[in-house]
Formats: sequence, structure tokens, C-alpha cells
Amino acid sequence: MISTNLQALFYLISGVLFILALRGLSSPETSRQGNFFGILGMLIAVIVTFLSIGNFSSSFVYVIGFLLIGGSVGAFIAFKIPMTAMPELVAGFHSLVGLAAVFVAISAFLNPEAFNLGNVGNIKLASLIEMSIGAAVGAVTFTGSIIAFLKLRGIMSGSPITFPGQHILNLLILISIIGLTYFLCVTQSSKLFWALIVISFLVGVLLIIPIGGADMPVVISMLNSYSGWAAAGIGFTLENTALIITGALVGSSGAILSYIMCKGMNRSFFSVILGGFGGTDQVSKSENKEQKPVKSGNSDDAAFLMKNASSVIIVPGYGMAVAQAQHALREMVDTLKKNDIKVSYAIHPVAGRMPGHMNVLLAEANVPYDEVFELEEINNDFANCDVAYVIGANDVTNPVAKTDPQSPIYGMPILDVEKAKSVLFVKRSLSPGYAGVDNDLFYRENTLMLFADAKKMTEDIIKSF
Amino acid sequence: MEIDPFVFRLSIFILSIFVGYYVVWSVTPSLHTPLMSVTNAISSVIIVGAIIAALAGNNETIFNEASMFGFLAIILAAVNIFGGFLVTQRMLAMYKKKKK
Repeated sequence: MISTNLQALFYLISGVLFILALRGLSSPETSRQGNFFGILGMLIAVIVTFLSIGNFSSSFVYVIGFLLIGGSVGAFIAFKIPMTAMPELVAGFHSLVGLAAVFVAISAFLNPEAFNLGNVGNIKLASLIEMSIGAAVGAVTFTGSIIAFLKLRGIMSGSPITFPGQHILNLLILISIIGLTYFLCVTQSSKLFWALIVISFLVGVLLIIPIGGADMPVVISMLNSYSGWAAAGIGFTLENTALIITGALVGSSGAILSYIMCKGMNRSFFSVILGGFGGTDQVSKSENKEQKPVKSGNSDDAAFLMKNASSVIIVPGYGMAVAQAQHALREMVDTLKKNDIKVSYAIHPVAGRMPGHMNVLLAEANVPYDEVFELEEINNDFANCDVAYVIGANDVTNPVAKTDPQSPIYGMPILDVEKAKSVLFVKRSLSPGYAGVDNDLFYRENTLMLFADAKKMTEDIIKSF
Repeated sequence: MEIDPFVFRLSIFILSIFVGYYVVWSVTPSLHTPLMSVTNAISSVIIVGAIIAALAGNNETIFNEASMFGFLAIILAAVNIFGGFLVTQRMLAMYKKKKK
């Protein structure tokens, strides 16, 4: 047994270590050390908890057992998961945090003595409110993440599911949650507590189904934020500093990422939440415009253009990940570099299905991170570059975002690909991108369409060199 | 009159939001995916609550209603802790600088 004060100090230390873990991510050099701080913080928190309870009987053995079961499952997943599947993985992990928060809240409700929160039927009011918030947010995170996971995995269609009266229904449910929490506090009835959790599960589903695939980066970040607030709610219940600090960190981290993603798409957070973006109505509108002339070429044309270039900018998008073309791409870039051609990569904030997804995929293909640039850093360079090689990106290069106020993507910051002397656009067909908008870039004078699978085309270009 | 401990916790909470705000803005965009996986891992410090719940049962009834939920939460949080930190480690190990 260690004293309560000492215990609180150790929790504070692990909270500080978690801050350092995030701080380390400000540059790739310090990031690995940061991750180590995170692990250390977690270790301290767990050990201190064991010492503070001081119960090393047979239940302790079970706790270790369950910990190892979960741990080995987690480790197995971490080593096996392909980098392209990171968005699903993160969504899946969020759901686990959410459900864990719900379970902890339930056990605190069923056995409040263990947490010094009072007795069954007579739980301290503040704790009951905190517990309800933790459980409700946790439950929303759980089912919301499950839906996000299913959509990202492709098990469920990425198109938004909307029905009349959806927003009114959500509003009514929200009011009923507040009402339930109030009556729960008055009556301490366990039935109301269960009802609160069930309704929150429902909210999670209703909240995510209307959001289309194009908005998934926002959804993942938002659920990241929710999982943090759920943890903070439980942290207040358990009066645990490490959990409160972590919850606040994760909550604000997710909120900032959501903001960055919304800005990357020029969409307000509110309109993402209301959903319906990227539906079929927008696709049908663009179908009757496909008679415009398009120049298309093969790998020899592409290789010829690149050979005569002195600088090339690569614009990768999610399509590259789907085609698993990142390794072939790096080989192509190596060939270009051997011919003294300057190559850099341009990454749009919402390229891929989650924040920073493209960077991880390129890093996996051994692309040095100092050749990879963000939108603001590189956008002026397109005017001076000879060839832009667009591979698997679409909407983020569409000049319509700058010119056509009618377009659903109007105002979205885009990569100024069209300013390059020539644009090589690898794509399987002329179909519109995720946002359902026809890309004006296809019909430009300086664009050469390369109709093929991204990986195959890239490999062919290497051969043509 | 003494200050309610809740107010102290609230202060920690609010200040941590601000710390989080500034720390996360300084994270380089290329590391946003590892940021999400590591925040996932650290928010699983909720395992602390799960352990307390699981160990609350006495020796005759290790698995009662309340501790059962604790044990389940331990498994979930452990998946996340190990999975989150390890996958972050795996990603960060891939970020390399240009060979000169």
C-alpha cells in the first residue's frame, strides 16, 4: 500500500509523460523518444494502481492474465496490420476505448464502494453525473467508431444514409439523454442507467451513418476527440489525475485534427456532422459532361516527358494506397533521381482516409520525409516544375474549387497542379472522385491522362526509361 | 471555507486542454497518423479504473457482476495499449531522412 498523496503524484508524473509523448511528435527525430515516454507513463500508472490496491491475491493473477490476453491480441494486430489499413485500425481502437469507458462506468455504478463513491443507491451526486457523461460519451464513441470502421473497411457502403426527420430525431434523443441523466441523479435507478447507455449506443450509430466517405478523415478525428472526453469523464469519476490529463490531451488533439481536416476541405464542422455530403445526387449531375476532349497517352509518353524534365512533383492520393503503388512509385523516383531530376512529393491535408495517412505510406516505401511537403510549403513550386505526376489523387487537384462557386468543393484549398508545364494524371477512368465532382484538370491542354492501374503504370514507366 | 477537490481536478482538466491545444498544434502534419494512434494508446490509461474494478471483488467471489465488467475493460484497454504503442513504434521507425 502506498499513500493516497504519493499515488496522486505518480499519476501526475504519468500525465506529464503523456504530454511529452505528444510533444515528441513535433519532429520525426524526437518522435521515437516521445513514444517511449508514453509507454513509461502507462507503466507507471498501471504499477501505481496495483500498489495502491495492494491486493496481490488470486484476483491479481487473473488481472495479469487478462492483461496479457488483451496485450498479445493488440501486439499481434499491431505487427500484422498493413499500413493502408491504418484508418480502420484507428477507428477500431477508438471503439475499444469507448467500450472500456462504458464498462468502467458500469462497474463503478454497480460497485461504488470500490471507488469511494458512496454506496449502491446512494452514489455521490457529482460522481453520478461524471459517470453518466463518461458512459454516454464512451457509448457514442463505441458505436460511432464501429460504423466508421465498417465504412472504411468497405463492409458498409461509404455513401451517406439519410432519412427524413433525421436531425429532429437526433435532437429529441439528445434531450432525452439530458432528461434521463437528471432522473438518474434523482432516483439512482439502475434501469435509467442502462437506458442511458443503450440510447447513447443508438446516438453513435445515428451520428455517423449520414456522413459520407469523403468526410471520413473528419469522422476519425472527431471520434478520437470523443474517446478523449469519455476518458476524462471517467477520470473525474475515479478522481484520477492521469486520466483527466490524458482525456483533455486526447480530446483537444482530436478536436484540432477535425478542425484541420475540415479546413482542408473547406467545410464547416457543423455541415460535416449534419452529413449527406458525397451522395449520389451530385454524381448524376456530372455524368452528362463527359464529351469534352481528353488527351491520353501511354507509359512511353510519360517516360519521355519525365526524361526531359528537370523537376517533377509527385501528387499521391488514396488511389495510390488502394493500388499498393507506393513501392513502385519510389522505384520510379529513384530512376528519375539517377537522371538528375529533382523530385518532391506534395501532400494535401485530406489526402488518404485519415490525417497524415499518405506520409505514413510513403515512409513505409522508404521515401525520406524531407522530400515530402505539405500543401502550403510546395504549392508555389508547381509553377516552376516541368511535370506533375498525379497518382491516385483527384478532388484535391481539381481547379474547379478555385473557379466555380456552384461546385460542392468550391473554396477547398487545392494543389495548383494545373500550373505545372505538363500534368501526368494516372487514373483508371474519367469517373469523378469521392466528392462526386468532375475534375476539370482532365480536359486541360497540358494534361496527359494515363488510363491504367496506378501500380502497373508506374512500373511500365520505369521499364520505358 | 475549504476548496472542493473537484475544483482542483477541474483546474487540471482545463489547463490540460490548453496544454494539449498548444502541443498538438506543434505536431508536424506528417506525423498526424502516429499522433492518432498514440493518443489512442494513452487514452487507454482508463485501464487504471478497470483494474480497480476487477480487484474489488473478494477472494471468494473474484468474478462478481461489477468486477466482470472490470475484467472485460482490462482486455479492451490492453489491446489498445499494446496495439497503440506498438503500431506507433512501427510507423515511427519508418520515418527516415534522406541519405546523403
